[in-house]
Amino acid sequence: MKKEWPLWEVFIRGQHGLNHRHVGSLHAPDAEMAIRNARDVYTRRKEGVSIWVVPSAQITASDPGNKEALFEPATDKIYRHPSFYDIPDEVGKM
Amino acid sequence: MVTRSEHIASDILFEWLLRRGDTALILGHRVSEWCGHAPVLEEDIALANIALDLIGQSRLWLGYAGEVEDKGRGENELAYLRDAWHFRNVLLAEQPNGDFGNTLMRQFLIDAWQDALLEALKSSADERIAEIAVKAGKEVAYHLDRSSDLVIRLGDGTPESHRRMQDALDTLWPYVGEMFVADAVDEAMAEAGLAPDPQTLKPGWEETVAAVFKQATLTQPQSDFAHKGGLTGRHSEHLGHLLSEMQFLQRAYPGATW
Repeated sequence: MKKEWPLWEVFIRGQHGLNHRHVGSLHAPDAEMAIRNARDVYTRRKEGVSIWVVPSAQITASDPGNKEALFEPATDKIYRHPSFYDIPDEVGKM
Repeated sequence: MVTRSEHIASDILFEWLLRRGDTALILGHRVSEWCGHAPVLEEDIALANIALDLIGQSRLWLGYAGEVEDKGRGENELAYLRDAWHFRNVLLAEQPNGDFGNTLMRQFLIDAWQDALLEALKSSADERIAEIAVKAGKEVAYHLDRSSDLVIRLGDGTPESHRRMQDALDTLWPYVGEMFVADAVDEAMAEAGLAPDPQTLKPGWEETVAAVFKQATLTQPQSDFAHKGGLTGRHSEHLGHLLSEMQFLQRAYPGATW
Protein backbone atom coordinates (compact mmCIF):
# COMPACT_ATOMS: atom_id res chain seq x y z
CA MET A 1 0.00 0.00 0.00
CA LYS A 2 1.25 3.45 -0.87
CA LYS A 3 1.79 5.44 2.31
CA GLU A 4 2.19 8.87 0.71
CA TRP A 5 -0.99 10.94 0.35
CA PRO A 6 -2.09 11.59 -3.24
CA LEU A 7 -1.03 14.78 -4.98
CA TRP A 8 -3.47 17.63 -5.74
CA GLU A 9 -3.08 20.59 -8.09
CA VAL A 10 -4.17 23.88 -6.58
CA PHE A 11 -5.87 26.76 -8.40
CA ILE A 12 -6.47 30.12 -6.74
CA ARG A 13 -8.62 33.02 -7.89
CA GLY A 14 -6.92 36.23 -6.85
CA GLN A 15 -9.84 38.63 -7.10
CA HIS A 16 -13.45 38.48 -8.11
CA GLY A 17 -13.73 38.35 -11.87
CA LEU A 18 -10.31 36.90 -12.57
CA ASN A 19 -9.68 33.31 -13.58
CA HIS A 20 -8.42 30.69 -11.19
CA ARG A 21 -4.70 30.22 -11.80
CA HIS A 22 -2.55 27.23 -11.14
CA VAL A 23 -0.32 28.02 -8.14
CA GLY A 24 1.24 24.68 -7.26
CA SER A 25 0.49 21.32 -5.74
CA LEU A 26 0.30 19.61 -2.36
CA HIS A 27 -0.43 16.28 -0.69
CA ALA A 28 -3.71 15.47 1.06
CA PRO A 29 -5.75 12.33 1.79
CA ASP A 30 -8.95 13.74 0.26
CA ALA A 31 -10.44 16.80 -1.42
CA GLU A 32 -11.69 18.41 1.79
CA MET A 33 -8.26 18.31 3.39
CA ALA A 34 -6.67 19.42 0.14
CA ILE A 35 -8.75 22.61 0.34
CA ARG A 36 -7.72 23.19 3.96
CA ASN A 37 -4.08 22.55 3.18
CA ALA A 38 -4.27 24.83 0.14
CA ARG A 39 -5.70 27.55 2.35
CA ASP A 40 -2.75 27.22 4.70
CA VAL A 41 -0.03 26.73 2.11
CA TYR A 42 -1.10 29.08 -0.68
CA THR A 43 -3.33 31.85 0.71
CA ARG A 44 -1.46 32.97 3.81
CA ARG A 45 -0.49 36.27 2.19
CA LYS A 46 -4.00 37.18 1.06
CA GLU A 47 -3.49 35.67 -2.38
CA GLY A 48 -7.00 34.47 -2.96
CA VAL A 49 -10.76 34.57 -2.64
CA SER A 50 -11.48 31.10 -4.05
CA ILE A 51 -9.66 27.76 -4.17
CA TRP A 52 -10.01 24.81 -6.56
CA VAL A 53 -8.22 21.51 -6.05
CA VAL A 54 -7.96 18.75 -8.64
CA PRO A 55 -6.35 15.33 -8.18
CA SER A 56 -3.10 15.51 -10.15
CA ALA A 57 -3.82 12.03 -11.49
CA GLN A 58 -6.91 13.43 -13.24
CA ILE A 59 -4.88 15.79 -15.41
CA THR A 60 -3.96 14.59 -18.89
CA ALA A 61 -0.91 16.42 -20.21
CA SER A 62 0.43 16.84 -23.70
CA ASP A 63 3.52 14.80 -24.46
CA PRO A 64 6.70 16.94 -24.32
CA GLY A 65 8.13 14.67 -27.04
CA ASN A 66 5.38 15.87 -29.38
CA LYS A 67 6.29 19.50 -28.84
CA GLU A 68 7.45 20.11 -32.44
CA ALA A 69 4.43 18.59 -34.10
CA LEU A 70 2.03 20.26 -31.72
CA PHE A 71 3.42 23.77 -31.48
CA GLU A 72 6.04 24.47 -34.16
CA PRO A 73 3.52 24.77 -37.03
CA ALA A 74 2.03 27.86 -35.37
CA THR A 75 5.29 29.82 -35.23
CA ASP A 76 5.34 31.01 -38.86
CA LYS A 77 1.64 31.83 -39.09
CA ILE A 78 1.79 35.32 -37.75
CA TYR A 79 -1.37 36.22 -39.71
CA ARG A 80 -3.30 34.39 -37.03
CA HIS A 81 -2.53 37.26 -34.68
CA PRO A 82 -5.05 40.05 -35.13
CA SER A 83 -2.26 42.64 -35.19
CA PHE A 84 -2.78 43.48 -38.89
CA TYR A 85 -6.22 44.95 -38.48
CA ASP A 86 -7.02 48.54 -37.71
CA ILE A 87 -9.47 48.39 -34.87
CA PRO A 88 -11.72 51.44 -34.44
CA ASP A 89 -11.45 53.08 -31.02
CA GLU A 90 -15.18 52.58 -30.46
CA VAL A 91 -14.65 48.83 -30.20
CA GLY A 92 -12.77 49.32 -26.96
CA LYS A 93 -10.46 46.78 -25.33
CA MET A 94 -10.44 43.41 -27.08
CA MET B 1 -1.63 57.79 25.05
CA VAL B 2 -3.28 56.28 28.06
CA THR B 3 -6.49 54.35 27.64
CA ARG B 4 -8.43 53.58 30.74
CA SER B 5 -11.60 51.63 30.76
CA GLU B 6 -14.33 53.58 32.47
CA HIS B 7 -16.12 50.36 33.32
CA ILE B 8 -13.91 48.73 35.92
CA ALA B 9 -10.88 49.06 38.21
CA SER B 10 -7.77 48.89 36.04
CA ASP B 11 -6.02 46.22 38.12
CA ILE B 12 -8.92 43.83 37.56
CA LEU B 13 -9.05 44.52 33.84
CA PHE B 14 -5.25 44.13 33.65
CA GLU B 15 -5.41 40.75 35.35
CA TRP B 16 -8.17 39.56 33.03
CA LEU B 17 -6.34 40.77 29.90
CA LEU B 18 -3.21 38.88 30.98
CA ARG B 19 -5.28 35.69 31.13
CA ARG B 20 -6.34 36.19 27.53
CA GLY B 21 -2.93 37.30 26.26
CA ASP B 22 -0.90 34.70 28.16
CA THR B 23 -3.11 31.78 27.13
CA ALA B 24 -2.75 32.77 23.47
CA LEU B 25 0.99 33.41 23.83
CA ILE B 26 1.86 30.19 25.62
CA LEU B 27 -0.31 28.02 23.37
CA GLY B 28 1.14 29.82 20.35
CA HIS B 29 4.67 29.11 21.54
CA ARG B 30 3.86 25.46 22.15
CA VAL B 31 2.42 25.10 18.64
CA SER B 32 5.45 26.89 17.17
CA GLU B 33 7.67 24.16 18.66
CA TRP B 34 6.36 21.91 15.85
CA CYS B 35 7.87 24.15 13.18
CA GLY B 36 10.10 21.92 11.06
CA HIS B 37 8.98 18.76 12.91
CA ALA B 38 5.36 18.14 11.83
CA PRO B 39 4.53 14.78 10.23
CA VAL B 40 3.96 16.27 6.76
CA LEU B 41 4.95 19.54 5.11
CA GLU B 42 1.35 20.78 4.73
CA GLU B 43 0.71 20.22 8.44
CA ASP B 44 3.95 21.97 9.33
CA ILE B 45 2.85 25.11 7.50
CA ALA B 46 -0.67 24.93 8.93
CA LEU B 47 0.66 24.65 12.50
CA ALA B 48 3.04 27.55 11.95
CA ASN B 49 0.11 29.64 10.68
CA ILE B 50 -1.91 28.81 13.78
CA ALA B 51 1.01 29.61 16.06
CA LEU B 52 1.40 32.99 14.35
CA ASP B 53 -2.33 33.70 14.65
CA LEU B 54 -2.17 32.99 18.37
CA ILE B 55 0.95 35.07 18.93
CA GLY B 56 -0.73 37.89 16.98
CA GLN B 57 -3.77 37.64 19.25
CA SER B 58 -1.57 37.73 22.34
CA ARG B 59 0.03 40.96 21.07
CA LEU B 60 -3.41 42.61 20.95
CA TRP B 61 -4.36 41.45 24.44
CA LEU B 62 -0.99 42.19 26.03
CA GLY B 63 -0.70 45.53 24.25
CA TYR B 64 -4.02 46.56 25.75
CA ALA B 65 -2.99 45.11 29.13
CA GLY B 66 0.13 47.30 29.09
CA GLU B 67 -1.94 50.41 28.40
CA VAL B 68 -4.38 49.54 31.17
CA GLU B 69 -1.58 48.89 33.66
CA ASP B 70 0.02 52.23 32.68
CA LYS B 71 3.46 51.47 34.08
CA GLY B 72 5.37 51.72 30.83
CA ARG B 73 5.23 48.02 29.98
CA GLY B 74 4.20 47.08 26.46
CA GLU B 75 3.47 43.73 24.81
CA ASN B 76 7.20 42.90 24.60
CA GLU B 77 8.00 43.59 28.25
CA LEU B 78 4.96 41.59 29.33
CA ALA B 79 5.78 38.65 27.08
CA TYR B 80 9.53 38.45 27.58
CA LEU B 81 10.34 39.96 30.94
CA ARG B 82 7.92 38.30 33.36
CA ASP B 83 8.71 35.13 35.26
CA ALA B 84 6.48 32.08 35.44
CA TRP B 85 4.45 33.09 38.51
CA HIS B 86 3.39 36.31 36.78
CA PHE B 87 1.87 34.42 33.85
CA ARG B 88 -1.90 33.94 33.82
CA ASN B 89 -2.48 31.33 31.13
CA VAL B 90 -4.62 28.25 31.71
CA LEU B 91 -2.55 25.17 32.60
CA LEU B 92 -3.84 23.32 29.53
CA ALA B 93 -2.01 25.76 27.21
CA GLU B 94 1.41 25.04 28.74
CA GLN B 95 1.12 21.24 28.68
CA PRO B 96 3.90 19.70 26.57
CA ASN B 97 3.17 18.86 22.93
CA GLY B 98 3.59 15.10 23.34
CA ASP B 99 2.78 13.35 20.08
CA PHE B 100 0.86 14.94 17.23
CA GLY B 101 -2.42 13.54 18.59
CA ASN B 102 -1.82 15.13 21.97
CA THR B 103 -1.05 18.50 20.36
CA LEU B 104 -4.21 18.30 18.27
CA MET B 105 -6.40 17.32 21.19
CA ARG B 106 -5.04 20.19 23.31
CA GLN B 107 -5.70 22.55 20.41
CA PHE B 108 -9.23 21.28 19.92
CA LEU B 109 -10.18 21.55 23.61
CA ILE B 110 -8.87 25.13 23.75
CA ASP B 111 -10.24 26.14 20.31
CA ALA B 112 -13.77 25.11 21.30
CA TRP B 113 -13.49 27.19 24.49
CA GLN B 114 -11.90 30.22 22.77
CA ASP B 115 -14.51 30.13 20.02
CA ALA B 116 -17.34 30.37 22.58
CA LEU B 117 -15.51 32.98 24.66
CA LEU B 118 -14.64 35.26 21.73
CA GLU B 119 -18.18 35.03 20.40
CA ALA B 120 -19.47 36.31 23.75
CA LEU B 121 -16.76 39.00 23.92
CA LYS B 122 -17.94 40.53 20.64
CA SER B 123 -20.68 42.20 22.66
CA SER B 124 -18.37 43.40 25.47
CA ALA B 125 -19.11 46.87 26.82
CA ASP B 126 -15.40 47.60 26.32
CA GLU B 127 -14.84 48.53 22.67
CA ARG B 128 -11.23 47.38 22.57
CA ILE B 129 -12.18 43.94 23.89
CA ALA B 130 -15.00 43.68 21.35
CA GLU B 131 -12.65 44.69 18.49
CA ILE B 132 -10.02 42.11 19.45
CA ALA B 133 -12.74 39.46 19.77
CA VAL B 134 -13.98 40.15 16.23
CA LYS B 135 -10.51 39.83 14.73
CA ALA B 136 -9.41 36.83 16.80
CA GLY B 137 -12.83 35.19 16.41
CA LYS B 138 -12.36 34.70 12.67
CA GLU B 139 -8.98 33.05 13.19
CA VAL B 140 -10.19 30.82 15.98
CA ALA B 141 -13.27 29.76 13.99
CA TYR B 142 -10.88 28.35 11.40
CA HIS B 143 -8.64 26.75 14.03
CA LEU B 144 -11.68 25.01 15.52
CA ASP B 145 -12.93 23.88 12.14
CA ARG B 146 -9.55 22.37 11.42
CA SER B 147 -8.85 20.79 14.80
CA SER B 148 -12.38 19.27 14.95
CA ASP B 149 -11.88 17.72 11.52
CA LEU B 150 -8.51 16.22 12.45
CA VAL B 151 -9.71 14.92 15.83
CA ILE B 152 -12.56 13.14 14.00
CA ARG B 153 -10.30 11.76 11.29
CA LEU B 154 -7.69 10.44 13.72
CA GLY B 155 -10.15 9.30 16.41
CA ASP B 156 -12.11 7.38 13.81
CA GLY B 157 -8.98 6.35 11.92
CA THR B 158 -6.70 3.37 12.42
CA PRO B 159 -6.54 1.43 15.72
CA GLU B 160 -3.28 3.21 16.51
CA SER B 161 -4.53 6.71 15.75
CA HIS B 162 -7.68 5.99 17.79
CA ARG B 163 -5.61 4.81 20.75
CA ARG B 164 -3.38 7.88 20.60
CA MET B 165 -6.34 10.28 20.46
CA GLN B 166 -8.09 8.54 23.36
CA ASP B 167 -4.83 8.62 25.39
CA ALA B 168 -4.50 12.33 24.64
CA LEU B 169 -8.06 13.02 25.71
CA ASP B 170 -7.63 11.05 28.95
CA THR B 171 -4.34 12.82 29.71
CA LEU B 172 -5.62 16.34 29.05
CA TRP B 173 -9.13 16.04 30.48
CA PRO B 174 -8.12 17.01 34.05
CA TYR B 175 -7.05 20.41 32.67
CA VAL B 176 -10.35 21.41 31.01
CA GLY B 177 -12.15 22.32 34.24
CA GLU B 178 -9.96 25.37 34.81
CA MET B 179 -11.35 27.06 31.70
CA PHE B 180 -14.80 27.35 33.28
CA VAL B 181 -14.00 28.37 36.84
CA ALA B 182 -15.03 31.88 37.85
CA ASP B 183 -13.15 33.85 40.48
CA ALA B 184 -13.46 37.45 41.75
CA VAL B 185 -11.86 38.84 38.57
CA ASP B 186 -14.35 37.04 36.32
CA GLU B 187 -17.27 38.05 38.51
CA ALA B 188 -16.26 41.72 38.39
CA MET B 189 -15.81 41.54 34.59
CA ALA B 190 -19.21 39.90 34.17
CA GLU B 191 -20.81 42.38 36.54
CA ALA B 192 -19.47 45.29 34.45
CA GLY B 193 -20.71 43.70 31.22
CA LEU B 194 -17.16 43.33 29.89
CA ALA B 195 -16.92 39.54 29.67
CA PRO B 196 -19.10 36.50 30.21
CA ASP B 197 -18.94 34.49 33.41
CA PRO B 198 -16.77 31.52 32.32
CA GLN B 199 -19.30 29.07 33.78
CA THR B 200 -21.89 30.19 31.23
CA LEU B 201 -19.61 28.99 28.39
CA LYS B 202 -19.56 25.42 29.61
CA PRO B 203 -22.86 24.05 28.21
CA GLY B 204 -22.05 25.26 24.67
CA TRP B 205 -18.51 23.94 24.90
CA GLU B 206 -19.73 20.57 26.15
CA GLU B 207 -22.13 20.33 23.25
CA THR B 208 -19.38 21.12 20.72
CA VAL B 209 -16.88 18.62 22.09
CA ALA B 210 -19.45 15.87 22.69
CA ALA B 211 -20.57 16.05 19.05
CA VAL B 212 -16.97 15.80 17.82
CA PHE B 213 -16.06 12.97 20.20
CA LYS B 214 -19.11 11.02 19.08
CA GLN B 215 -18.06 11.25 15.44
CA ALA B 216 -14.47 10.53 16.43
CA THR B 217 -15.60 7.41 18.35
CA LEU B 218 -13.80 8.75 21.43
CA THR B 219 -15.05 8.28 24.98
CA GLN B 220 -15.34 11.45 27.02
CA PRO B 221 -13.87 10.90 30.51
CA GLN B 222 -16.40 11.18 33.32
CA SER B 223 -14.14 12.66 35.99
CA ASP B 224 -14.75 16.25 37.08
CA PHE B 225 -11.36 16.56 38.76
CA ALA B 226 -9.69 19.77 37.61
CA HIS B 227 -6.13 21.03 38.01
CA LYS B 228 -6.30 24.75 38.72
CA GLY B 229 -3.92 27.59 39.41
CA GLY B 230 -2.66 28.77 36.02
CA LEU B 231 -5.02 31.74 36.01
CA THR B 232 -3.62 32.95 39.32
CA GLY B 233 0.03 32.21 38.59
CA ARG B 234 0.49 28.74 40.07
CA HIS B 235 1.83 26.80 37.11
CA SER B 236 3.01 23.30 36.33
CA GLU B 237 6.74 22.62 36.09
CA HIS B 238 6.49 22.91 32.29
CA LEU B 239 6.00 26.68 32.06
CA GLY B 240 9.46 27.57 33.42
CA HIS B 241 11.14 25.41 30.79
CA LEU B 242 8.98 26.90 28.06
CA LEU B 243 9.84 30.44 29.17
CA SER B 244 13.56 29.69 29.37
CA GLU B 245 13.45 29.01 25.64
CA MET B 246 10.88 31.64 24.65
CA GLN B 247 12.54 34.43 26.64
CA PHE B 248 16.18 33.44 26.11
CA LEU B 249 17.05 36.17 23.65
CA GLN B 250 15.66 39.08 25.66
CA ARG B 251 17.17 37.71 28.85
CA ALA B 252 20.63 37.17 27.36
CA TYR B 253 20.64 40.31 25.19
CA PRO B 254 18.31 42.81 26.86
CA GLY B 255 16.66 45.17 24.41
CA ALA B 256 17.86 43.27 21.33
CA THR B 257 15.85 44.11 18.20
CA TRP B 258 15.84 42.92 14.58
